Amino acid sequence: MSAALVIFFALAALAVIGAISLILQREPIHSALSLIVVMVALAGLFLLMGAEFVAAVQIIVYGGAIMVLFVFVIMLLNAGEEERTNFSKLASYAGIPFALVVTGFIAAAIVHSSSALPAAMPKGTLTDTRTLSTLLFSDFVYPFELTSFLILVAILGAIVLAQREN
Amino acid sequence: MSAFLTQYAFLIIPIIKIAILVFIVLTVDAYLTWIERKVIAHIQARWGPHRVGPHGLLQPLADGVKFIFKEDPLPAHVDKVAYFLAPFITLMLALTSLAVIPFGPQQFTVFGYRTGIGIAEVNISLMVLFAITALAVYGVALAGWASNSKYSLLGGLRSSAQMISYELALTLSVVGVLLIAGSFSLREIIVKQTNPHLGFLGWNFFGFSSETVGFTQIIGFLCFYIAAIAETNRVPFDLPEAESELVAGFHTEYASMKFAMFFIAEYTSMITISCLATILFFGGWLSPFPTTPFWHFTYYLPSVILIPLGLWVIFDGMRYETVFGRIVLPGVGSVMVAIGAALIVFPVVNDNIQGVFWFLAKVFTFLFIYVWMRGTLPRFRYDQLMSFGWKFLLPVSIANVILTSAVILWRMH
Repeated sequence: MSAALVIFFALAALAVIGAISLILQREPIHSALSLIVVMVALAGLFLLMGAEFVAAVQIIVYGGAIMVLFVFVIMLLNAGEEERTNFSKLASYAGIPFALVVTGFIAAAIVHSSSALPAAMPKGTLTDTRTLSTLLFSDFVYPFELTSFLILVAILGAIVLAQREN
Repeated sequence: MSAFLTQYAFLIIPIIKIAILVFIVLTVDAYLTWIERKVIAHIQARWGPHRVGPHGLLQPLADGVKFIFKEDPLPAHVDKVAYFLAPFITLMLALTSLAVIPFGPQQFTVFGYRTGIGIAEVNISLMVLFAITALAVYGVALAGWASNSKYSLLGGLRSSAQMISYELALTLSVVGVLLIAGSFSLREIIVKQTNPHLGFLGWNFFGFSSETVGFTQIIGFLCFYIAAIAETNRVPFDLPEAESELVAGFHTEYASMKFAMFFIAEYTSMITISCLATILFFGGWLSPFPTTPFWHFTYYLPSVILIPLGLWVIFDGMRYETVFGRIVLPGVGSVMVAIGAALIVFPVVNDNIQGVFWFLAKVFTFLFIYVWMRGTLPRFRYDQLMSFGWKFLLPVSIANVILTSAVILWRMH
């Protein structure tokens, strides 16, 4: 097994464990911390694929800014432990089998089409920031600007919702 | 053996370098506390530490021993995981951020592994540093939340809010430098500030580099430095640990080594920020003098500083009755004189330490400014802190980005 594969499985395991821990923890802060572990593990996976800029942005934006806001809000509201309620009947009978089926379906699709999957990058090369920004502001400028516009609308919506009380 | 070394050089050399760097940084941290106490004492017309060793030079050692042997009580109802994790996260991130900083211009090959002075040089060093800064909030926030104490919680909340607010200004204030350098690599940023004929005027702070795209980054530097002080929770932005209001803020409930970890992390991030200010705005390892042959005599500056200092240390040590004063101080002084003399005798060595010498000189200047400000400025009020960050610092940084890009665009055409 090559070193890259070992690192990949370590990071993947970390991400999965973090995600499971996120659901199972009862203390909201612990859940938030688990989510940070997932974000950092994903950044490591990006780095493994040679996308160093995306990896750094993943940590700065998701690991840093967004999760800090989560933690901040949980601390500010001093949210207590979650209460465990009984599983709804529907979730226990249909949920788990359905989740397994979906996972199996996706796994099968990936296994069968592994040759057809386009390689994101030729091995061992790094996407430098210049190439990335050139792509973003030339070929993908319309999707990029549209996404920014969408986020702006979401921000405005949040402000309107927050202001309604007054 | 040689084959083994060649194969694993990429692993062994960084580990050795990390060990050396951590040792140096922890020592500098310890003596930074001594410098801070001494300088503030003299600002306030006091003597500062002077009982343990000559000039109180052994005080950091005594403090360290005290930290190790103090009782470490666990307060009631703390969140154990977060309580133990917080100091480790803080210290780990503070030390990690030093990994991407290049301390000197040299690059050499050891057992087929190309390396430089500094642990890792990546293309996106600056992004890595900002990523680490972004994560650094958690240590403080968690410490405040997990301690189960009102003072700690308030300190943690203040700190998170402050760090979120000033991170934006911090990141935006360096965009001007990035536009000039066209790279996230710290080495590239330094090299772009070279000006063989004007010396220090080529640094980003003045903006007369030999490239055509330079533009003075005075505004960028001021925004960067103010935001950086806020990020490191230092005076005048030390609200998270405002002792007159919050006892000690987020680390009120920490004692012994766990408190020491927060302490070391704070001083380490001061060093990182000073390195970053040096690299981004003051030319990193570049000498302030032009590189023309006429200015070659400035290469003897390290010796000119080291030899008189060493002689003074020898002379000063003679006055003390203790072993430390009589033997260790003159010993250290002799070593300093010897190094200074060796630098004059061996010009090859002298040429190679110039970069590191100027880098460290600039870093220590910034560290001194940190201490100087702590001795001079009063603390901000909380609402002043927030309105200053959002209503002044952020717009000014954005204006600096727009101005710099406009000038660069105009110069390119």
